[in-house]
Amino acid sequence: MEILSVDDPHARVQALRLGMAEGACVQCVTRVPAGPLVIRSGRQEIAIGRKLAERISVRMLDA
Amino acid sequence: MAASNASCHSAGGTHVREGAEAVVLVGNPNVGKSVVFNALTGTYVDVSNFPGTTVELTRGRLGEHDVVDTPGVYGVSSFTDEETVARDIILSGDIVVNVVDSAHLERDLFLTLQLADMGKRMVVALNMADEARHQGVGIDRDLLEDLLGVPVVETVAVEGEGIAELKAAIPRARVGHADPELAPVLAETAERLGCSRAEALLVLEGDEAVSERLGAEPGGERDAIYLRRRARVDDMCGHVVTESLQGASFSAKLSHAMMHPLTGIPMLLVLLGAIYVVIGKLVAGNLVGFLQGTLMEGHYIPWVQGLVGHLAAPNSAVFEVLAGQFGLLTMAPSTLLGVILPLVTAFYLLLSLLEDSGYLLRIATLTDRILVSMGLNGRAVIPFILGLGCVTMGTLSTRVLGSRRERFIATALMAVTVPCSAQLAIVAALMTTAAPIYTVAYFAILAAVFIALGTLLHKLVPGQSSDLLIDLPPLRLPRVDNMLRKTGIKAWGFMREVTMFFAVGTLVLGLLKVTGALGWITTAAAPLMTGWLGLPRETATAFVMGMIRRDFGAAGFFSMDLTSPQLLVAMVTITLFVPCIASTVVVLKERGWRYMFGLVAGSTGFAVLLGGVIAHVLRIA
Repeated sequence: MEILSVDDPHARVQALRLGMAEGACVQCVTRVPAGPLVIRSGRQEIAIGRKLAERISVRMLDA
Repeated sequence: MAASNASCHSAGGTHVREGAEAVVLVGNPNVGKSVVFNALTGTYVDVSNFPGTTVELTRGRLGEHDVVDTPGVYGVSSFTDEETVARDIILSGDIVVNVVDSAHLERDLFLTLQLADMGKRMVVALNMADEARHQGVGIDRDLLEDLLGVPVVETVAVEGEGIAELKAAIPRARVGHADPELAPVLAETAERLGCSRAEALLVLEGDEAVSERLGAEPGGERDAIYLRRRARVDDMCGHVVTESLQGASFSAKLSHAMMHPLTGIPMLLVLLGAIYVVIGKLVAGNLVGFLQGTLMEGHYIPWVQGLVGHLAAPNSAVFEVLAGQFGLLTMAPSTLLGVILPLVTAFYLLLSLLEDSGYLLRIATLTDRILVSMGLNGRAVIPFILGLGCVTMGTLSTRVLGSRRERFIATALMAVTVPCSAQLAIVAALMTTAAPIYTVAYFAILAAVFIALGTLLHKLVPGQSSDLLIDLPPLRLPRVDNMLRKTGIKAWGFMREVTMFFAVGTLVLGLLKVTGALGWITTAAAPLMTGWLGLPRETATAFVMGMIRRDFGAAGFFSMDLTSPQLLVAMVTITLFVPCIASTVVVLKERGWRYMFGLVAGSTGFAVLLGGVIAHVLRIA
């Protein structure tokens, strides 16, 4: 999926640094029920709390 | 060790020798920066796998240069303590050695390009080159050198590979190619404000602290600058990185299993069980039994008492203070060497295993959900796990949490409900005399109080907590030499710190006993002890000791013949009771007077209240 926007200033900055900014293509590798998501781009994995993840909008891409 | 951390935060400068240039090591967390530092200077520093352990600054020397290590950061700004510390050291440094993880160039080059924009003379160390090759990542070093405009050296710091080349490259450090659109703006800003290009960049990026220092208005261009920088990094990586993508490897599956509740919770329970067996049974039971019981009580204490007996008559005040029940030469060394040292060493060893393997941050992800309901996020497991080792350490590490509110909640939860390893070991040892159901009840009560208090604080404490956003380090097999070295350093630091407290604590107790004050306290507290808690009146002594050291207090119950229900009441009460002096002092330093008094009063009152309720439910009072 492609990240479209990150609706949180601090998270946006951090995402840019980690290489998962708006426009990046990422893959969701783990979804903890009602908990955080783990997304991966390349070999980089980050865990994002559920509430923050809800403020990130994405577009699904074909596999 | 713990308390000395705090002062390092204010030390922004690098304090170089006259005429020496300061070399500053900069890099993201977990890139092996500390190992590079160690290889360059020959001095050992803490090497670890979770963000936030190198807030303490480390300095060393390399020939003519002074070398300073900085905390791992993803960028230069002032979002966290680590970043603030790193920023100021970078600003005052002359040459930057930027350590990057070859397998994570897309992430790490962001910082590299920021440093280039800052106009610092720099060298890049492509560290963990072996791990990258292993993962099928190829990096065109020559091309990267051209694109960045600075020397680039491949290193495998843990093996010492490439260190000589890196040392040779430092004198060739150069200013890298900055963002071509940004460069003229930077030059203009620097001239206008009369500051360095590095400071000009931070002002443009809206860094409030630096802007204020220069008396300038913080710029609003951070998003634009960051977006362009990100685009440059992606472009650069597209040119220099070649990779052969592999299918989902074993470690990817393991990583997933660690974080998913269905598999992760059983794994965590197995881990906790293993920790309990290793620390609680093997170390606290067998090893401590041998050291404390056989060596100390069997040989050392009689020997010291005999020796002191030559100088002062037994039963005299001097004998009591030096070699009595709470003697400076008896109780202090026997508890320190017989109980605390083996426990703390075992704990640090386990902790470094968790950190270095990358498991710790996966536990953080797994537990995020439950911690969110207490107004915290997954990162808070770091202080809690550290707190299981030593509450003082845990309290200091609440700095990794994102907001004041989270630090407030985490500190209270830890001081009240988390038993430290020394105390836990004594509880474990005492509990072996009671039926297993009492041990289960002890942990269940603590867990319930933890959750109830956390949920309550979440409701009461105003403000907003931050969300989880963590970079997961790759899972690796930890290196044993690294773990041992780290454990040795930490255990030594810990022992050095607590020895003083122990000596003073035993002295105070000894004096209380000799002057009769202890008897007076026991009498005064007797109605509470016997009437409300259903415990023998002399347990008051143990509570007084518990204020000095938590484990000290629990140890006081050894000599009393308590029934199983009494043991449960005593253990729960002493665990919830005031934190030890060392952690109280740290709480005072980190959170202030009002918080500290509230915490001590609250936890004492609550401990006695709950202990009494349990006593009444069990019908022993």
